[in-house]
Amino acid sequence: MPQDELQSGDLSHRFDYAAAFTAGLLDPDRAPPDAVSGPNGKAAVKRYAVYRNNVTVSLIDALTASFPATLRITGPDFFRAMARFHVRETPPTSPLLFEYGRDFPDFIERYDYARPMPWLADVARLERAWLDAYHAADAEPLASAALASIPPERLADTVFVPHPATRATRSRFPVVTIFAANRRNGPVGRIEADRPEDALVTRPGLEVFVRHLPPGGAAFLDRLMAGEPLGAAAGAALAERAEFDLAANIAGLLQASAFTAAHQGG
Amino acid sequence: MNGLAPASRISKTSRFPAHPIAGLAGTSFKHEHLHAILGDGPKDGFFEVHAENYMGAGGPPHDALASIRRDYPVSLHGVCMSIGGPRPLDKAHLGRFKALVDRYEPALVSEHLAWSTHDTTYYNDLLPLPYTPATVSRVADHIDEMQETIGRPILLENPSTYVLFAESTMSETDFIGALVQRTGCGLLLDVNNVFVSATNHGYSALSYLADFPLAHVGEIHLAGHAEQADDEGDLLLIDSHDGPVADAVWKLFDIVIGRCGPLPTLIEWDSNIPDWPVLKAEAAAAQAILDNHADIHHVFGKAHAAG
Repeated sequence: MPQDELQSGDLSHRFDYAAAFTAGLLDPDRAPPDAVSGPNGKAAVKRYAVYRNNVTVSLIDALTASFPATLRITGPDFFRAMARFHVRETPPTSPLLFEYGRDFPDFIERYDYARPMPWLADVARLERAWLDAYHAADAEPLASAALASIPPERLADTVFVPHPATRATRSRFPVVTIFAANRRNGPVGRIEADRPEDALVTRPGLEVFVRHLPPGGAAFLDRLMAGEPLGAAAGAALAERAEFDLAANIAGLLQASAFTAAHQGG
Repeated sequence: MNGLAPASRISKTSRFPAHPIAGLAGTSFKHEHLHAILGDGPKDGFFEVHAENYMGAGGPPHDALASIRRDYPVSLHGVCMSIGGPRPLDKAHLGRFKALVDRYEPALVSEHLAWSTHDTTYYNDLLPLPYTPATVSRVADHIDEMQETIGRPILLENPSTYVLFAESTMSETDFIGALVQRTGCGLLLDVNNVFVSATNHGYSALSYLADFPLAHVGEIHLAGHAEQADDEGDLLLIDSHDGPVADAVWKLFDIVIGRCGPLPTLIEWDSNIPDWPVLKAEAAAAQAILDNHADIHHVFGKAHAAG
């Protein structure tokens, strides 16, 4: 071996087994890497396919576990075919599988075969929010009575700290109703598709709750979660929906344990 | 109880009881079994968890693991550190792993001789590596880094494999032996993996065990496997963890425990997960073998009851 091959210049060559091995893991049309075989020169097509199958099937399984309502709506064959395309196009970048699937709702929106179900991507978005809430940090929610201690003239300046589990999703479709009907075992009745529903996801203790947000509620909550004071958030909500009911929205968010603290803004 | 020890004598505050794990059989912990375990758990036993499932910030997974950890010893089993990969370990993942070790004070900590991440992609499988002096050196560096980060030795698990690398110049047992020498790590001997790899590569499981550094084994894994065929139509075993332990694997386990004495032994069952009583019975079968050899070792004075 030439001396310089022992130097760092050859390191990449010596450690390229991972690059060679992964090249065909998500591509069923590629031959197994030249570097591997069975014993005594046996072929490695089916042997390598075990790894390829483990990778693809386990990642599809991870998506089925994270999106059970989406799965129930489409049926397992449709879902697994759709998930297989997504796994090959966008494999995970984190070893934490409960983080996988952030791009899946957008993929569903682009997936041709899902076009007849235009609400499906929003159901998946709500399921992703549910899973984030499930794994979010534990925190003591702000008590419903907390606002009573703030003088009325200072309420507009009040800034809320969102609970780590709190999420809001918006949809042109009745996703909260569809989600709820498909996350339990009972029969799913007819759901009118043209009713928009925004969702509030919270987890005050160990159980995740999904509720409807009233008109303007999502805009209101988005602004509060971004750190805007109550007055500005209410203004934005009113601009979006004239029927926005400030008192009912604050009461609803507090009762749902959406926040951990409230304090006077600058 | 004598009340609180003087603060100066407490080296660290323990959040959980130090349940001993020596000589016990255990099972994988599955959330769907939580209520059954809390109502009808084993009197003695332990539970093993995949570390990555508890790397979220909070919520029900941590609550469940804390309940289990209060009553039982826990083994923390890492699945995706990529110790066997060519790239540097993921520092963020190491940090998360250390946080779990600190939080749950596991009786055992283990990882795989395998890799699962390359460049930016996580493949979610235990992928194989060539066995050469160069890869010994790289893997040993990774084990050193992990052990230094968490402040304790790990148990390294032998893999099940389906292919061999042309560039390998060492046997798997020599490779593992070299890692033990270099890093001081212990070993997790997966007896099903031994049987699967021996079948797939046409060698004897018994001769593998004869060459394996058994004195460094700190835990045993047992699991079910599935049968397929390779390109030549010969039997190819898949490490599927989806059914009961095979008779041949029970027999090898009996031989290993006969040589090593009763070691903590885990029944792994990760898909087609059965109801709790089925898993509990499988662990009881392992415990019976451990107890049988514990008696023999006691009678012949090979091991001591204490410790």
